[in-house]
Amino acid sequence: MMENSELIFAILFQFTQLLLVVLAAPLLTGWVNQCQAWLQNRSGAGVLQPYRVLHKLFNKDAVIAYNASPLFRATPYIVFGCMWLAAAIIPILAVDLPFSRAADVIALVGVFAVARVFIALAAMDIGTAFGTLGARREMLVSFLAEPALLMVLFTASMISHSTQLPSIVDTLAHHQFVIYPSLAFAALAFVIVLLAENARIPVDNPNTHLELTMIHEAMILEYSARHLALIEWASSLKLFAYISLGIALFVPHGIAEVGNWAGLPLALLALVGKLILAGAGLALLETVSAKMRIFRAPEFLGTAFLLAVLGLLIHFLLGA
Amino acid sequence: MANGVILLWVVLGLAGLWVNDATRWIFPLGALASLFLAAAGLVALSAAPQTLVLPLGLPDLPFHLRLDALSAFFLILLGTASAGVSLFGSGYFRHLDDKTLRLLCLEYHLFLAGMALVMLADDAYMFMVAWEVMALSSYFLVTTDHAIPDIRKAGFLYLLIAHVGAIAILLSFGVMQGGHGIGAYTFDAMRAAPLTSFWASAAFLLALFGFGAKAGVLPLHVWLPEAHPAAPSPVSALMSGVMLKTAIYGILRVTFDLLGTQLWWWGVLALGLGLATAIFGVMFAAVQADMKRLLAYSSIENIGLLLAGIGLTLIFHVYDKDTLAALALIATLYHSLNHAMFKSLLFVGTGSILHATGERNMGRMGGLIRKMPWAAWLMLVGVLAISGLPPLNGFVSEWLLLQAFLLSPGLPNDYINMLVPVAAAVVALAAALAAYVMVKFYGVIFLGQPREAALEHAHDAGRWERLGMGWLALLCVLLGLAPVFVVRQLDQVAQMLLGTQLGNAANNWVFLTPMDIERASYSPLYFLLAVLGVMLLTSLLVRRLYHGRVRRSAPWDCGFPAQNARMQDTAEGFGQPIRRIFQPFFSIEREVPTPFDTHPRYHGKSEDRLWVILYQPLQHLTEKLSSLAGLLQHGRIHLYLTYTFATLVVLLLFV
Repeated sequence: MMENSELIFAILFQFTQLLLVVLAAPLLTGWVNQCQAWLQNRSGAGVLQPYRVLHKLFNKDAVIAYNASPLFRATPYIVFGCMWLAAAIIPILAVDLPFSRAADVIALVGVFAVARVFIALAAMDIGTAFGTLGARREMLVSFLAEPALLMVLFTASMISHSTQLPSIVDTLAHHQFVIYPSLAFAALAFVIVLLAENARIPVDNPNTHLELTMIHEAMILEYSARHLALIEWASSLKLFAYISLGIALFVPHGIAEVGNWAGLPLALLALVGKLILAGAGLALLETVSAKMRIFRAPEFLGTAFLLAVLGLLIHFLLGA
Repeated sequence: MANGVILLWVVLGLAGLWVNDATRWIFPLGALASLFLAAAGLVALSAAPQTLVLPLGLPDLPFHLRLDALSAFFLILLGTASAGVSLFGSGYFRHLDDKTLRLLCLEYHLFLAGMALVMLADDAYMFMVAWEVMALSSYFLVTTDHAIPDIRKAGFLYLLIAHVGAIAILLSFGVMQGGHGIGAYTFDAMRAAPLTSFWASAAFLLALFGFGAKAGVLPLHVWLPEAHPAAPSPVSALMSGVMLKTAIYGILRVTFDLLGTQLWWWGVLALGLGLATAIFGVMFAAVQADMKRLLAYSSIENIGLLLAGIGLTLIFHVYDKDTLAALALIATLYHSLNHAMFKSLLFVGTGSILHATGERNMGRMGGLIRKMPWAAWLMLVGVLAISGLPPLNGFVSEWLLLQAFLLSPGLPNDYINMLVPVAAAVVALAAALAAYVMVKFYGVIFLGQPREAALEHAHDAGRWERLGMGWLALLCVLLGLAPVFVVRQLDQVAQMLLGTQLGNAANNWVFLTPMDIERASYSPLYFLLAVLGVMLLTSLLVRRLYHGRVRRSAPWDCGFPAQNARMQDTAEGFGQPIRRIFQPFFSIEREVPTPFDTHPRYHGKSEDRLWVILYQPLQHLTEKLSSLAGLLQHGRIHLYLTYTFATLVVLLLFV
């Protein structure tokens, strides 16, 4: 059990992270977009563009369809709240986050699922052709991506004998540097899941409104102004959460130990470096690959699921 | 007190035959009795087992009753679920004509009493009698609308499979009493009877077959998607929510209580069968268009998960990992309770929809959230719970089950060690598909635009109906928010069946920690508070920093000018990706119009391949055999007399 002063610090730290992730998430999205622009020989809008878009959207009047139910209006807040929480419980700077005790990795997957189910339901609420199409496709992508993510997390839990994110990260970060073969498979699967769940190429394309291909955008077509802003912000938070989850699971080195406040600046530096690299990597991956047909997506995600299960099996067989 | 409640139910049922308007008094009183039963169960859960011998039945074969922790738990399940369903029924059955209602009232309460007696029975005779009361009364309930030929057919199929199962259960009891004569029919005698592992396995397999037929385990599930939609909705709710659990009770009773030894391959068999059933059920649920059939297939999925949980418990128990076995058992029991709540809620909800729209095909609904907000919002709780979303109850049991899988390495059998992660993957897949199914269920029925003009006149659920659904929804929330309390109660059952309990889960009332805090913990209460807090904060900040202005207008839909309700996905449309991905498992029959049809008609049907592979050959075989037997029958009396004479001579030769 922690002592009182430590607990207060931990709670303080939790709130700092809460604030940090929500403010920094759009920056990461801006950085990925900027990298993409550079890779495609465009000058780009700058890394601060997502903030400008959010500000513009918040200022507008919300336009809502006549037949929208309260579910439709509540969903942006639910989705935003879930994603914010998800990003706030993943240890990125230090491992002592008190709220992580309330929600372990399985609950983390549950939080993502809550957001997904609500956004799919809201997409069906107005009753447009695109809305239901988007909801159907989103659920199609997720029914393979979610178990794959769960298997990835299970592999990490098996290694660290815990489903608590702080314990997992603590074990993986302060272990002597060994390469776990099971984690290698898990990492591959995780990248595929990350692309699929964040509506990225090759599964989805966040930059088009072409009805043949869109998934995420089809679901949020009816949203405008502050509702749209919250959903866009939630998407940024989701990307941030996924990337920081990837960092926490596969390259946690440099994270501050429990109670080591002096290590924080170094940890922050390491985190920023990793985020910059990960964002650039994501942009590169998206630039060199092409969007695939919607019915190729299940095969793609099936591969991720199999890879993740393989990783878990390897852990059981080799114990590593 | 439990016996008193059962007696009260029987009296209420009989009273229903005489009383003029049974719905007004009998059903609410029945619900009250249900609550007493649940309370009695709660008290008995931690008390010492009570036994009672009733001098009824045949001479020298009295009925034995016993109320121990396992029975008490299932009585709680029965009481809490049936309280909600009876309240709902009080409103729902008002439209029935007088004669039907009187009969239905008797059958309904006998059904409840039968289920309670199954859980209390302490000898094979009593058990089979109660089992038959339950099966027959539910058969008559299923065929309430017996004027419709399809319903009669569904009822017959149900009766047939229920009795094939009952024979297997009887044989299983026969094996377990170990040939000690008729006096050894009590469960106590069976507990004491020494069985070789061969005979123990025979008893287990027979019980698995018999109870599996009742539960709808693959490949004995065929009656379930036929009988559940045929029955009136509150009856479907009881059958799906509670009656299927009597089979789970039976398997647990036989495997862990009556049989002294367990073998590891029983666990593997149960795990494999359970997972196959789960995937099968959820896959078929995804392609259904009839809302009640969809829920019936979803029940098959949940039964599969429960059986997988029992399998896992068996594996751990055999290898002496008793804490883990307790965890898996508690996850299984918890999920039984949860399923009883949310499935009953959803089934009675379909009743309200059926009354409001006269429609079971989801493809002819839509937008009902605006016409029947009470039903819609209460059912949303059930939908979120069954999808396994935190902080509701479905998530807790899923979480516990996955924890049990995660803690499993280190079993002495390598094959099982390899099986466990694959099994965990299948559980995760089934859970994710369940969310797909439920988004389809809720979205197509309640959201969007109404697909038919007749839906304009849909009316919301009545007062009693709301009350019943509200009770079940409340339990879904409470079971989700107070897992520590529930697990502490379930520990008593684990103590009784396995001789161990989790114990330290009780340390802290907010955090559910099945093992220790460093391993895993989950706090739904904090979770809910955090999400609500963040939502409130966001909404306040947005309004404070910017504004809260709203304009209403026509839907945008990418600016398409002509859009109508027909452009939304139908139930078939929403399930199409699943049908396409899992094509080999369905036998699909489709009729797609060409663009030149003047009266285009679409017709699609996805059927169960097992029906063709397994049941039709069986049916042909039975028909052939019975036609062979028909050779003996000529309808001439002197031939029959000759048969009688010949039989007598043969028997005399033997004696």
